[in-house]
Amino acid sequence: MPVLADYEPIVGKDRIEEIKFLASRLEGRSIQHVNSTAVGGGVAEILNRMIPLLKEMGVNTWWDVIKGGEKFFQVTKKIHNTLHGAKDEIDKEQWGVFWETGRQNSADLTCDADISFIHDPQPIALVDQKGARGNKWIWRCHVDVSHAQSAVWDVLRRYIIKYDSAVFSAPAFSKPLPIRQFLIAPSIDPLSEKNVKLPKKTVDEVLKHYGVRSRKPIVTQVSRFDYLKDPIGVIDAFKQVKKYVDCQLILAGGTASDDPEGAEVLQKVRERAADVKDVHILLVPPNDTHINALQQASAVVVQKSLREGFGLTVTEALWKAKPVVASAVGGIPLQIKHKYHGLLCRSVDGAAFAIKQLLQNPDYAEALGKNGREHVRLNYLLTRHLKEYIMLFLSLFYPDDIVYLDSL
Amino acid sequence: MKRTKNPFVFYSRLNLFELTGITAKNVPELLKHLRSVPDSCIYQHTHHFIQQRQYLSPEPPNDFAYWTSEILGDKYLGEEIASIDIMSLSTIKAIRDALVSTIERALASRPALKQMKAPLGQGFAFLKSVSFAFKTPYIAHTLSEFAAGLKKVTLNSIHYHMFEARLRIGKTTNDFSLWLADQLKLDKLANRIAKLDPYSQTDERLRATILKLIEDELKRTKKKR
Repeated sequence: MPVLADYEPIVGKDRIEEIKFLASRLEGRSIQHVNSTAVGGGVAEILNRMIPLLKEMGVNTWWDVIKGGEKFFQVTKKIHNTLHGAKDEIDKEQWGVFWETGRQNSADLTCDADISFIHDPQPIALVDQKGARGNKWIWRCHVDVSHAQSAVWDVLRRYIIKYDSAVFSAPAFSKPLPIRQFLIAPSIDPLSEKNVKLPKKTVDEVLKHYGVRSRKPIVTQVSRFDYLKDPIGVIDAFKQVKKYVDCQLILAGGTASDDPEGAEVLQKVRERAADVKDVHILLVPPNDTHINALQQASAVVVQKSLREGFGLTVTEALWKAKPVVASAVGGIPLQIKHKYHGLLCRSVDGAAFAIKQLLQNPDYAEALGKNGREHVRLNYLLTRHLKEYIMLFLSLFYPDDIVYLDSL
Repeated sequence: MKRTKNPFVFYSRLNLFELTGITAKNVPELLKHLRSVPDSCIYQHTHHFIQQRQYLSPEPPNDFAYWTSEILGDKYLGEEIASIDIMSLSTIKAIRDALVSTIERALASRPALKQMKAPLGQGFAFLKSVSFAFKTPYIAHTLSEFAAGLKKVTLNSIHYHMFEARLRIGKTTNDFSLWLADQLKLDKLANRIAKLDPYSQTDERLRATILKLIEDELKRTKKKR
């Protein structure tokens, strides 16, 4: 596991010193993270890397995971989907399971740190302990709730407003609330397997593994096979590009065996690509090195989602200095200022035009890629995330807009 | 070389972004909110863009200019907002007034602007900064020590002393110039630094320019001796 010093060559010693200084101001405070899973998913991935770094700086912090049965997690999955805008209903019995499990977790899990940092809706009911403990509480929303079903949001909102602060990943995700709300974007770890620079040999081996030849420029979208990621739109855009530029398309996504809709989308993608030359539809197992290699081998990376959370696949591509064409949805416009760090699009035609522009103007594409990487280096790496979490913790004890701390 | 008993203390600061829950979907809403949002929102959106994109200089637009130009799609208004000479404005109120009058003029001369709407989810969300300011270990009693400190501090520190100071103290100058004039009596050097436009160059470029001015001054002093 990397230590803070490992990040110095990437972000600079001065930034690391600033983070250490901020962390020193948390002396005497304890922080408890709570979420619903220790492995799998973006939240666990971030906490797995962030908590050791906080501990390295002497911060008294730990991480607990709530418990729940199958029924509970069926409900929380529904809550997740409806917060993303899915049209589904959660009936009284299901809410009953949710709150009962919440009460049970509250009885079993003591939240007596100075700061209880609760991630996502699953453990939200733990805040019922706040009155008895008198400590500070933060609710971290990792979900895009901009299109949330109001019936579900309104129920959760009754609990959210008991917290001292809430945190969202993008301005568009926030909601009117009577508590302080902060904007903290997620991040990628530049030292993870998915993001380290790979030797050319490894990249070539991965291409060979999937039967892709590197002689034609590669356009890639990495996403699960989901209508919201619009893989069919990507193929349609590619068909337009292919008329003018001899290139190839990679659509790389996870296996969809446990997702009936995923299998249906994959089938439709295969049908749409059937008569298009140079399209590679790759079912990639969970293998970060393979994803990394496919991104590194690409001339252009596409993320033509119809809806998106923050869009960390975009962050990953930008970090690899790849020119990116991406839809202006979710957190993507935060990461890409059009024509500064990449190109934004809103339609199949727009995507095709942008991909063509980048393939035919490699100098322009390279300049965007360099800007994109620098933008990520300054704003979307784990170290920035760490710094902002520490400031978030400090903000609970300083209500003013300007806080004067002691010397560095 | 003159040595002062009142040293320059290099500060730095880090920002956390707070969401206000205020969003504009079109130009009239932007104008309405610009009149009433807290000062820290105005500062955030006219300065953060500069610091967040250090490598894109010269002259990156402010957030309002970017949004009207690239999201609403009105390049004309975007250019007008980007062209506001923030350097000549020493208070947040003056910056706010300039933004408001620019947009008012645009709406009066081109009523069609009122019809332009941001795509769903891409409204202008007003943010403000919570700043954590702190002293760095760098302190200067002389011009040489000042140059040495300036070489070592982070860009956050330069931003704090060059941009935020102007608005904090309400003068069209900065912390560096004030100290050089008051403590070292280097009025000419102080004026040269005060005249630099920090908005049209990166902070790193600005650091190099100030260091060059100081080195020239040090050479002149050496020659005199």
